[in-house]
Amino acid sequence: MSEAGKTFTPGAGGKGKKQDVASPEQPSQKKKLSKAEKRKLRMEKQKEQKPDANQPDAPSVKQPEKKSDVPQKSKAELKAERRAKQEAERAAKLAQKGEMPSTNQGSTGGQTKPRSEIIKKERPRVSDDIKVDDPSVLKRRAKKLEKQQVPQRIDSEKKVNLFNHLDQFERSISLTKELSFSSGGIHPAIVMLGLQYAEGYICGANSSFLNQCRPKSVSMGNAIKYVKMQISNIPQDKSDTEAKSLLCESIDSYIKKKIYLADDAISNILIGNKKIKDKDVIMIYGCSSLIVRILCDAHEKEEIKFRVIVVDSRPKQEGKEAAKRLIRCGVKCSYVLINSVFYMMPEVTKVLLGAHALLANGYIMSRVGSSLIAMVAKSQNVPVLVCCETYKFSERAQTDSFVTNELGDPDDLVHSNSSVDYLRNWRSIKNLTVLNLVYDVFPPELVSMVVTELGMIPCTSVPVVLRVRNVEG
Amino acid sequence: MNRQEAIDYFQQKVEENTDLSAAIAAIHTLIEYLKLNEAATLAELRDNLQNCIKWLKDTDSSTTAITSGCELFLRFITLTALDQSNFADCKTVLVERGNMYLKNVAGARDKIARLGHPFIRDGATVLTHSISRVVLKVLLEAARQKKRFKVYVTESNPDRSGEEMARRLNEAGIPSVVILDAAVGYIMEKVDLVLVGAEGVAESGGIINKIGTYQMGICAKASNKPFYVVVECFKFVRMIYPLNQQDVPNEFKYNASTLRDGLDLTKEHPLIDYTPPAYITLLFTDLGVLTPSAVSDELINLYL
Repeated sequence: MSEAGKTFTPGAGGKGKKQDVASPEQPSQKKKLSKAEKRKLRMEKQKEQKPDANQPDAPSVKQPEKKSDVPQKSKAELKAERRAKQEAERAAKLAQKGEMPSTNQGSTGGQTKPRSEIIKKERPRVSDDIKVDDPSVLKRRAKKLEKQQVPQRIDSEKKVNLFNHLDQFERSISLTKELSFSSGGIHPAIVMLGLQYAEGYICGANSSFLNQCRPKSVSMGNAIKYVKMQISNIPQDKSDTEAKSLLCESIDSYIKKKIYLADDAISNILIGNKKIKDKDVIMIYGCSSLIVRILCDAHEKEEIKFRVIVVDSRPKQEGKEAAKRLIRCGVKCSYVLINSVFYMMPEVTKVLLGAHALLANGYIMSRVGSSLIAMVAKSQNVPVLVCCETYKFSERAQTDSFVTNELGDPDDLVHSNSSVDYLRNWRSIKNLTVLNLVYDVFPPELVSMVVTELGMIPCTSVPVVLRVRNVEG
Repeated sequence: MNRQEAIDYFQQKVEENTDLSAAIAAIHTLIEYLKLNEAATLAELRDNLQNCIKWLKDTDSSTTAITSGCELFLRFITLTALDQSNFADCKTVLVERGNMYLKNVAGARDKIARLGHPFIRDGATVLTHSISRVVLKVLLEAARQKKRFKVYVTESNPDRSGEEMARRLNEAGIPSVVILDAAVGYIMEKVDLVLVGAEGVAESGGIINKIGTYQMGICAKASNKPFYVVVECFKFVRMIYPLNQQDVPNEFKYNASTLRDGLDLTKEHPLIDYTPPAYITLLFTDLGVLTPSAVSDELINLYL
């Protein structure tokens, strides 16, 4: 895996950068599969390759002894390890909390212990992912990562104050320079996956290493939850190979059911209920594989005569990809930038948006810019339809885009099509910060309908689906 | 039982008891059809029932109500397993369940009246649209509870059914006035609440009702008056999720005879309109008092 050792250099040409991280498959192919599927594939690979570690020749030839220290662990041992780690973390947390009040008040030693207990109870549980400005959290995270031999990304020095609580990483530092091949905890496929996530090749997220590369994403979270549940459901008496094949099967069926079949169902529901009619002008934003597929189906199978307006925005410019695919299918397209959305909206009969996640309070989390489109549509009474598979439903509730979000690389915004990069030295300018948000959140009042594989539901019924799904397991 | 017999039976049921909803009459017809039908397998029986429903929709009665009532009825009777060995026994079980369903929904209007009358306070002024048997029931129940209130009824062209409503209310001792459809905006400042019925409730929580309801909803919202809908639960229609007025299927908007005659629909007046859930405050149903977003919840429970 020679790519793993490459350093990333800034200013090596904005577009050229992406090509540095060569992957065995073509980038365009990668984008066709969604994030959850990637994660699944990697997990499968990991499971498959674990038995190889058992064979005596492989480790001794390639890797130093550290790998043999990590033999095929049984599930019980893994669980025990995890528990031990949690205990260690809890102890570390208590110790730190015990430190802080004592340094602040210099009170007697006897008082600190009960104080820390009280403080611990009073403090509401806020996820560590969004407390990056708290030094104790940083310390804790560093310790945890050290234990797992995962290199920590250097936090960006210059951040917008409002977003201090989110991670923003410098791309310039190599993630894997410190990562020796001897680190048994991480399979090389995961390393590759992690790097690809970091580059934004695949847009999605999970697990401690991947967490460093790119913070959590909802669909990943759900997928991982499912896999973990499957792992815990496997009876102890099954042999490891049997268990692995069972797991692979269940992962496969998860992918198939929740992703492929769901996409089929959504497409059929939309088209079958004649939500796309002749003479429709449909506006889409960015590139959602599901939306593109729905439109291609409507055009090819039902021969409905409609046209599409593709709205695009920087820095990702995914709309170009969407437009390309639609044109290949023969759909009539117009391509506009997000600046002209208000101008185009009177022509539009409906807006189709994809979603990254649907939150428990009915809010939709989607690519940044979607809320703008939804607001403009609402102001002109254009119906907004959101298409989303149920695996993207989250139990989190959020009302604005600040609480959790991803911060993309600000340098993406710096490089523009013009020949002069005016913002090249933004770091040295004292009062200037560059912010590149990835997601935004908008309320259910802006959305007319959500289409899932269960049918067409109003945005406010998301918690109902969550409840029904939890009952089914 | 063939097509003409089914339609005759249905018309007969409708005329017999004017208080009966078209949906209930349709369900009676379906049960009768079930009894007399000579299908030999369940699949054939189901096909025949679907045919019967199509015939009933072809009459000029309210298509929305028939669609929803029949679909729910079919769902109800086929919900649990049929493990009778004899097909005749199966049919008996289905007919039994059908009658049980009818009994359940017969008490619907009473339940709604009981839930709805507390919202009409002493001294209130109510605005309603056209004629609705459920709204009538609620108002009569409120009067029975010794509340004094006034009612404004829209004339509701083209059939001027509002006058019939006003007549019945006056007979019951409730002072009521017929107003022009165009006067809804004018009268809105005088009323305390708006109470309408519905022919169908869409999956979004919006309602399909006699034309003129939508503008009443808009005026009510603009004047901050509560807009209440009274509707029985068998009127919840699945798979109907209109995004706007044009999105409502033509078979609901126009009479069956209009569609059959192939008239130019751009020149025909639609009979119903769609009021989106944003304009509705609460729905009084026999399942309880629901917000529009809870309708989808209930539908998921009923159908999934």
